Amino acid sequence: MFAYVLRRLLYAIPILIGVNLLTFALFFVVNTPDDMARLQLGAKHVTPEAIERWKVEHGYDKPLLLNTRATGSAQLTDTLFFQRSAAMFAFQFGKGDDGRDIGNEIRTRMGPSLAIALPVFVIGLLVNITFALLMVFFRATYLDLWGVVLCVVLMSISGLFYIIAGQYFIAKLWNLLPISGYAGGIHGLKFILLPVLVSVVAGIGSGSRWYRTIFLEEIGKDYVRTARAKGLSEIRVLFRHVLKNGMIPILTGAVVVLPLLFMGSLITESFFGIPGLGSYTIDAIQAQDFSVVRAMVFLGSFLYIVGLILTDISYSWVDPRVRLQ
Amino acid sequence: MLGIGLGLMAGCSDSWNNPYPDADAHANVLYSAFSERPKHLDPARSYSSNEAEFTGQIYEPPLQYHFLKRPYTLIPLTAEAVPKPRYFNAAGQPLADNAPATAIAESVYEIRIRPGIRYQPHPAFARDATGRFLYHALDMAALKDKTQISDFPQTGTRELVAADYVYEIKRLANPRLSSPIFGLMSEHIVGLKALGDMLEKASRAHPGTELNLNDFPLAGAEVVDRYTYRIRIKGKYPQFIYWLAMPFFAPVPWEADAFYAQSGMADRNLTLDWQPVGTGAYYLSENDPNRRMVLTKNPYYHGETYPEDGDAADRQAGLLADAGKPLPFVDKAVFSLEKETIPYWSKFLQGYYDSSGISSDSFDQAVQFSAGGDPRLTDSMREKGIHLVTAVAASIWYVGFNMLDPVVGGQGEDRRKLRQAISIAFDYDEFISIFLNGRGIPAQGPIPPGLFGYVDGVAGLNPYVYEAHGGKIVRHPIEMARKLLAEAGYPNGRNAKTGEPLVLYFDTMASGPDTKSRLDWMKKQLDKLNVQLVVRGTDYNRFQDKMRKGNAQLFEWGWNADYPDPENFFFLLYGPNKKVTTGGENAANYDNPEFNRLFERMKDMDNGPERQQVINAMLEIVRRDAPWIFAYYPKSFGLRHDWVHNVKPNLMANNTLKYRRIDPDLRAARRAEWNRPVLWPIMLLAGGVIAIIAPAVVAWRRRERTTA
Repeated sequence: MFAYVLRRLLYAIPILIGVNLLTFALFFVVNTPDDMARLQLGAKHVTPEAIERWKVEHGYDKPLLLNTRATGSAQLTDTLFFQRSAAMFAFQFGKGDDGRDIGNEIRTRMGPSLAIALPVFVIGLLVNITFALLMVFFRATYLDLWGVVLCVVLMSISGLFYIIAGQYFIAKLWNLLPISGYAGGIHGLKFILLPVLVSVVAGIGSGSRWYRTIFLEEIGKDYVRTARAKGLSEIRVLFRHVLKNGMIPILTGAVVVLPLLFMGSLITESFFGIPGLGSYTIDAIQAQDFSVVRAMVFLGSFLYIVGLILTDISYSWVDPRVRLQ
Repeated sequence: MLGIGLGLMAGCSDSWNNPYPDADAHANVLYSAFSERPKHLDPARSYSSNEAEFTGQIYEPPLQYHFLKRPYTLIPLTAEAVPKPRYFNAAGQPLADNAPATAIAESVYEIRIRPGIRYQPHPAFARDATGRFLYHALDMAALKDKTQISDFPQTGTRELVAADYVYEIKRLANPRLSSPIFGLMSEHIVGLKALGDMLEKASRAHPGTELNLNDFPLAGAEVVDRYTYRIRIKGKYPQFIYWLAMPFFAPVPWEADAFYAQSGMADRNLTLDWQPVGTGAYYLSENDPNRRMVLTKNPYYHGETYPEDGDAADRQAGLLADAGKPLPFVDKAVFSLEKETIPYWSKFLQGYYDSSGISSDSFDQAVQFSAGGDPRLTDSMREKGIHLVTAVAASIWYVGFNMLDPVVGGQGEDRRKLRQAISIAFDYDEFISIFLNGRGIPAQGPIPPGLFGYVDGVAGLNPYVYEAHGGKIVRHPIEMARKLLAEAGYPNGRNAKTGEPLVLYFDTMASGPDTKSRLDWMKKQLDKLNVQLVVRGTDYNRFQDKMRKGNAQLFEWGWNADYPDPENFFFLLYGPNKKVTTGGENAANYDNPEFNRLFERMKDMDNGPERQQVINAMLEIVRRDAPWIFAYYPKSFGLRHDWVHNVKPNLMANNTLKYRRIDPDLRAARRAEWNRPVLWPIMLLAGGVIAIIAPAVVAWRRRERTTA
């Protein structure tokens, strides 16, 4: 397995270079270093000299991909792309255009993102699986029918609506929880309850329907009939046998997103004032801060690859027939 | 999950939705919010209004604006007096105060600061018993656990000296700081450009080394004695005095630069750009721009008292109730990051923010207009004791014509009439009513109200767009616009020679929910003249690019005053500031020699009847030439709770936090009254869950029995 993981990690290097190159190209097609300088220097009294000085100070005065004035390997290395990319593979992200250390920001913001994303993931998974199994248990009854209707209704509502409705009813009208904010430690509990609740409810519709489909497929298989024939109760059949065998597709969806929980959620963090990585990324895009955008895309790609590897590993754990070679 | 959380909160809090610690309920703390984290807090770099909200309280330039007086009046802050410039000719001989500007080679401002002013507590000043700095030679091991300024156990202070002001002026030229006003100031301060070049060379020669600015002389800023410094300005530049009220000219102690320059500091975000060091009424005690920023009363703050000289309206509004009392009143100000308007507004209504703006979403909930068109609060707001504060901003929005454009630009009579016709067709009274909820005043020229040169009422109307009817200002009828359009060579919106319809292009970077309806409104305005308007939407970068290259035809732009002087608006139309040729702020590329001549005269004049006369002549020229459609002066509407006192909009001053006073006990009582938890929904929810689960359990048991 170690060799497999190592090989997959090595495969990741060209993928990450490609992602980095693509991000770089896309960003600089839309924004020139001059645009970035103007945005940073503000709208007033910006002179061409000031723009040049800003570019020199921030290293944006170099050619983008090929330095024709340099000789030898410096033609490739003395470029904006190389100088901004090489260090990232050692997870040295440098500084944003506002002068703040990106690595420091990521470390600081991961906690708040996880504080929301992790409970949403765990509680959401439990709630969705339980709800899906109950619908399967009551399949072909009015409870199943109304359960599916409820899921479709929940799926059809915009995520933003859940947030606004949650804030309006729970925080504003009934005064039960703070509308927004964040604090570390136990004091932060009151701030994360509402976003977690809203996110879990918002995810019930799609999650439960998907799991219900998986479980319905499983429940028609021979081993289920055998289990019932042995005299096991329906609850035991569902929660012990069907759930275990339905884990492979569930893991496919769940484990792959596990590392991405670090990246946070854009809308939730923004509305609830959570200082996480989701809002960091969108702020950087709005501010045309290439250093931060590039770092976040790189990190997102890396975590996605890690997620895929974890998924493969988890397959071998839940299904003894799968072997990693 | 909700139940457990609520249960925990019920045990430890009176108001379950209180985002602040209960212990602070009666504290003398002001609560506010910021929607965007500040980019820079270094006084040499910071230029945005959201940054000035912090830097204005922390840094103290030598001058400030009087809190109550209007028109805006400069008074000393750390200076002993507002300096009067002395003038010298090219031979260095002194000139009289009324010497012609052409004879003046240099203006000298000598500023004496008050002794005894001290900096906020900061580790950069901390010394040991032998007088050596405690934290100026830190290695990486010593910095290991340091992530914020409060992690340094020892702090110190020192007296403010004139050299700190000179040091900051030199910092404007430091290429590593990229000060936004360096370009402008290098045209005015003697030797600043040369210093910038020198520092740039030194910066390139020693890329990793901090530049010690004390080693580089600046001819235009020198220390006279411990408390006096002198600034030399090229020629006459009367507006320079206003810059002395901005944080760009606030003192920075060299110790702060030396402290933050140490290796490892920047990696921990410990920089002067994020951790300011000033002498102001407050210092930044907590700086987490991702969550909240806290300003705490500076224990070393020099004595200043609440102003005693206001007018009758100020007295009537209770703004002189605290006259003569020592400042600041509030112990602490907590600013929380609130990116979305809905939570901000809801928290304001719950009493968790002391003041708020009014977004378009909540405008109807907060404000209604009387039959006379005056804004007033709705009943629900008044019941809560909320007060409305309005002010006309020292700003203007305009639609510019690119004067280099072959269709709408140029000084020919036909083009002028075309622009005048379009100016009449754009009914900005309607625009203000529809899109701004009445928060604006139709503009009659480039100078907004409150600035010298603005003439109120019928006497100040733009005769090319408006006319007076029964003492009221009304727009010319659309027939006049059609007539002008015909005289311009486009009868009924068609080219008289070719018969082609007139098509104009409007470049905009506007985005947002209102954009489409706004742009449709603009098209509708020109439909009145049978002129087609094609909207070319673009992003910020492309828009700026078009403006620099002069590729736009019509465009929308705005300007906020840097200082309360008409020069700061007229320079937007001054020929040598054309954007296309010089990259200046004259986006319309307007260039009228007579206007330019008058501008050069007006900018050096003192306020008075003679200057007003010149301004009137300039207004007449730009109104006739119509390089802009003067759209509107925006009006700001703000709300405050009745426990907040001493609120008077001051659109020039940034340091008004020190005047605010709050009544924390009243606030605590109101919060408790407004935020009682409503528990029946929880009961209902629990009942609903039982109602759903019970039949399911029954069905399950029945099925189990059947299976068995």
